[in-house]
Amino acid sequence: MSDPVASVSGLVLRHGAVTALDNVTLDVPSGIMVGLIGPDGVGKSSLLSLLSGAREIREGSVTVLGGDMADRTHRSRVCPRIAYMPQGLGRNLYPTLSVFENLDFFGRLFGQAAAERERRIADLLAATGMSAFRDRPAAKLSGGMKQKLGLCCALIHDPDFLILDEPTTGVDPLSRRQFWDLIATIRASRPAMSVIVATAYMEEAAGFDWLVAMNAGAVLATGAPEELLARTGAGTLDDAFIALLPEEVRAGHTRVTIPPRPASAEVAIEAEHLTMRFGDFTAVDDVSFRIEKGEIFGFLGSNGCGKTTTMKMLTGLLPPTEGRAKLFGQEVDPTDMAVRRRVGFMSQAFSLYGELTCRQNLELHARLFRIAPEEIPARVGEMIARFGLEEEADTLPAALPLGIRQRLSLAVAMIHGPEVLILDEPTSGVDPVARDGFWQILGELSRQDGVTIFVSTHFMNEAMLCDRISLMHAGRVLVSDTARAITAAKGAATLEDAFVACLGEAMGERAADAAPTPAPATAPEPVPDVPAQRVSRFSLRRLLSYSRLESLQLRRDPIRLTMALIGSVLLMFVIGYGINMDVEDLNFAVLDRDQTGTSRDYVLDIAGSRYFVERPPLTDYDDMDVRMRNGELSLAIEIPPGFAEDIAHGRDVAVGAWIDGANPTRANTVVGYVQGIHAAWLTRKARALYGDAAVQGNFDLVTRYRYNPDIKSIVAIVPAVMPLLLLIIPAMLTTLSVAREKELGSITNFYVTPVTRLEFLLGKQLPYVVLGMLNFGLLTAMSVLLFGVPFHGSPLTLTLAAFLYVLATTAMGLLVSVFISSQVAALFATALFTIIPGAQYSGLVDPVSALGGIGRMIGEVYPTTWFIVAARGTFSKGLGFGDLTQAMLMLTVAVPVVIGLAAVFLRKQER
Amino acid sequence: MDLRNIWQLGLKELRGLLRDPVMLVLIVYSFTLSIYSSSKAMPDALSNAAISIVDEDRSHLSGRIFDAFYPPYFVAPNRITTSEMDRRMNAGLDTFALDIPPDFERDVLAGKVPAIQLNVDATRMSQAFTGNSYIQQIVTSEVSEYVAHYRAADSLQVGLTLRARYNQNLDPVWFGAINNVVQAIMMLSIVLTGAALIREKEHGTIEHLLVMPVTAGEIMLSKVWSMGLVVLVASGLSIAFVVQGLLAVPILGSVALFMAGAVLMLFAMTALGIFLATVAGSMPQFGLLMMLVMLPLQVLSGGMTPRESMPEPIQDIMLLAPTTHFIMLSQSILFRGAGFSVVWPQFAALAMIGIVLFRLALERFRKFLQ
Repeated sequence: MSDPVASVSGLVLRHGAVTALDNVTLDVPSGIMVGLIGPDGVGKSSLLSLLSGAREIREGSVTVLGGDMADRTHRSRVCPRIAYMPQGLGRNLYPTLSVFENLDFFGRLFGQAAAERERRIADLLAATGMSAFRDRPAAKLSGGMKQKLGLCCALIHDPDFLILDEPTTGVDPLSRRQFWDLIATIRASRPAMSVIVATAYMEEAAGFDWLVAMNAGAVLATGAPEELLARTGAGTLDDAFIALLPEEVRAGHTRVTIPPRPASAEVAIEAEHLTMRFGDFTAVDDVSFRIEKGEIFGFLGSNGCGKTTTMKMLTGLLPPTEGRAKLFGQEVDPTDMAVRRRVGFMSQAFSLYGELTCRQNLELHARLFRIAPEEIPARVGEMIARFGLEEEADTLPAALPLGIRQRLSLAVAMIHGPEVLILDEPTSGVDPVARDGFWQILGELSRQDGVTIFVSTHFMNEAMLCDRISLMHAGRVLVSDTARAITAAKGAATLEDAFVACLGEAMGERAADAAPTPAPATAPEPVPDVPAQRVSRFSLRRLLSYSRLESLQLRRDPIRLTMALIGSVLLMFVIGYGINMDVEDLNFAVLDRDQTGTSRDYVLDIAGSRYFVERPPLTDYDDMDVRMRNGELSLAIEIPPGFAEDIAHGRDVAVGAWIDGANPTRANTVVGYVQGIHAAWLTRKARALYGDAAVQGNFDLVTRYRYNPDIKSIVAIVPAVMPLLLLIIPAMLTTLSVAREKELGSITNFYVTPVTRLEFLLGKQLPYVVLGMLNFGLLTAMSVLLFGVPFHGSPLTLTLAAFLYVLATTAMGLLVSVFISSQVAALFATALFTIIPGAQYSGLVDPVSALGGIGRMIGEVYPTTWFIVAARGTFSKGLGFGDLTQAMLMLTVAVPVVIGLAAVFLRKQER
Repeated sequence: MDLRNIWQLGLKELRGLLRDPVMLVLIVYSFTLSIYSSSKAMPDALSNAAISIVDEDRSHLSGRIFDAFYPPYFVAPNRITTSEMDRRMNAGLDTFALDIPPDFERDVLAGKVPAIQLNVDATRMSQAFTGNSYIQQIVTSEVSEYVAHYRAADSLQVGLTLRARYNQNLDPVWFGAINNVVQAIMMLSIVLTGAALIREKEHGTIEHLLVMPVTAGEIMLSKVWSMGLVVLVASGLSIAFVVQGLLAVPILGSVALFMAGAVLMLFAMTALGIFLATVAGSMPQFGLLMMLVMLPLQVLSGGMTPRESMPEPIQDIMLLAPTTHFIMLSQSILFRGAGFSVVWPQFAALAMIGIVLFRLALERFRKFLQ
């Protein structure tokens, strides 16, 4: 054996309290196909992600391609030689991008030039038989095609070490066979390439060169398949694996035996010409079958062939376009709750509540199914015992292996003792021991309890356990009979061969096209010696590939795009008219106890101003109380009795004014107005009584309202709202763009490709900066044309400031996203970190200098403050670049600081 | 409609929230620190207004005027030259610049009525008006006092007794604190319910619910009550401990009545949250949509700008929003001590809007599930 391609020693990985890898030491031989077998949740995926460099090494050492993977420089040097395809159908793909665009993105990340990419993509697509689907969005590919595309993406840079994590889970038998043929072809052309594959299908593993059997975070055994079989004396790898397990795990495992079924005349499930169309796409095409009571009916087919849709019609989740579904002779009625109580349903993905413990999930469903409260503890206990969930009852499902979660799902589906169980791929990704246990339970349910079971699966050995099976493809049932009869009819050796034959016939011509054409053109060409080639520290091409990706995704999402563009215009409109400092038309009323010409004259002065509107007079204090309390009056005036007479006699007299102080800002304005009107009235009266000399003051205060001589609120507000909108929307979009990748898993591409943190961030930022500038143009046009805000200053200066500002706000979004992994939290956090500082601390309404405390401190450095200065400066004050140096400086400094912080805190590996 | 299902599903929502530390932290933050800091930051009508004085007189009187400006209303004024004035105002350093002309004192005493020029940055509307009248008063009283040593004049003795009701000192923290609580209620009620629905959709659990004997109405009501309760409790605690405790804002009216209003408001807003979640397909779209709905609600409901100051059509349109009525009733109850007899129209309006929104949301939700 040559030098190992990878070796690990003393590797430990813990997720919280769960130990995923427990002191693993292993040498992976190079140049061959290594299989990683073992149940789900034993640490296979963790091990592979550590080998690929996607996950941070905490304890132990990992050496790949002759270097320490904990060392950042080594990682960045070898990452172009490693390819990693994470678990999950199309998990590293971008669903809205076409096949070509996905491949092109990866090609760019590895620094390939246009011609090279074009050639490689053409070769890969030809080799995988996907040339015809070049322009189809990844989301619309079948499961098998998604995985082929994923593989192409992994192979685009000619890796020396290929890491595949369960690449064929959830893929139909024909596509699976094609996938492995493809790998074999590629290996034939690149014999030096090392491959490590995790798989759940033991039949596949039998074809590999060398196997690693894992259980509970530890390696059980290694060796060639024949060796393992010889060592355990088992006939199949399934049995060999079980034999390798420690005694206590194996205990209780027996081969699944399902006794023959007594004939039953009663029909439990019946489908008559079921058809389902979504638009012009026919998902299910004229499907009919009858399933007897107590029968186990298997449903096979590739992903997306209509199995799930058929099941949904049977449960009443979807009303069929044509045909009828019957349960126990009654047509399925979605509104009939009684039918739902007779059916148990377990959907494909684990769809129980991850935030509830196993017991809580069971209890919730028991209650929803109206089990009497006093019976619930017993029933839940019974389920926990029957499905072997005793140890896990009080843990959260998320922490459990898939096999146990699926048992929990089944327990939940059975909680109300249904007569029919509909199970959609219940054992996908579940290990052999758990699967056998699961089927043992199904057998008991069918034979002892007479439950009718309708189950879909990918596993041939499971199909063999069913009483009858149907093979479905592209919405049609191809064949429906017992396993024995189907195999015999096709003259095949195994059921799988029979199915492949059926599928081949059904696909006819297309299958011939799709068959891999051997010898990809990459083979004869000498591959440049990658190790010698240093990965550049900064590459514009990689940066732009992320920009391209982001703008393609944005363009494919018209709702997000229009919202981002129209949204700001709409908000500008709303806020421009809504935030208004012009206090006008305030309601006031008078309690006039004098009722003379003089008192009426006084009131007339107030009523005549544009600020106040007179309401019916007040009758007494109680009236005043009520009307001020319900907010009708902002001001109440009381004129004392004898007002006119006192004035005439020069006696001291005072008018009373009550102001609604609920809104202090408004109250202060009212105070100002009332004082002004009062003073004007006094002057007028005094002039009438004593002549001009008496009213002459000592000086004149001449007020010049600058920049906004008409003192219009719009002029003050609109240029300041623009910064607020250019803050919130761009920041939110960038935060989401990163958080979305984290949540959907495509962030792995960032972890395992040569792209650097700064390239990733700047690449993501760029399209949103463009969008932000577009927004800026729209908003400026709106301010001038719609709101009529005069523009006096330098447009160029404003544009430059806007550019710097948008750079800063998009960077702020990125900074937030670095710390947050879910989209919900991203939204919430961005809203908090932008709206409050932007609207309250940045001088939009109150100048920053007037604030106090934390608000003042934030306001002094927050970029919005400085862009407001620049916007008001250019709009209203007629300023140019020279007058705004401080603001420009602050904005210029903010950009690298924020991006730098984001780059420092962004992790290039998963923790 | 089965109450037990609604109860059970609601409990599930609460359990789920309990296990979401980020959400919990954000809820706590928005009802404590966020309210505290943004209320504290609310400036007085006039506080720390930036003023500079160009003193071309350099007399005893101009010195008195200079000394008359001091915190908290004004910052200690800068003594600047005429040439500096424009530059400082352009840069936004000063909101006010007072220009005292040469020979001001001599002319005043000679009865020549000289002019003082006051430059105001009118793009700062919130300070421009109030500041102008403060400055006028300050200068007038300084000059009058000074002149009073030299001559006396006839005058008319009519006083004006101004009393602010409900908030005698016009302390803006009171207003800000309550307003921030209202805003937090508004935001969280939409976010929590909408996000809870989209999360169920994205994780496929909603399908699972549908095969069980529960109806769309039950699923929706369970989210309404559970998330509503969370926001209600959080806002109640926030009023008791942050607003009344930490910020020491006296509340005139009945907190219980306010909470009753909040229940109606939450009913309407959580329904709105569900409605928005059904319109938006995914979380990012929900976020943008929420922004588009929430900002206008915040700005135009009367919490920031008094309704009277808005154009008529906007005032009328905003009567359709639950937040408008909620802000009216919370200001009436909490500030003015109004009782139910005063605020019942707002309660009625909120209930009506809530019922309409709920029906609309339910209809959309049913379609969304298919």
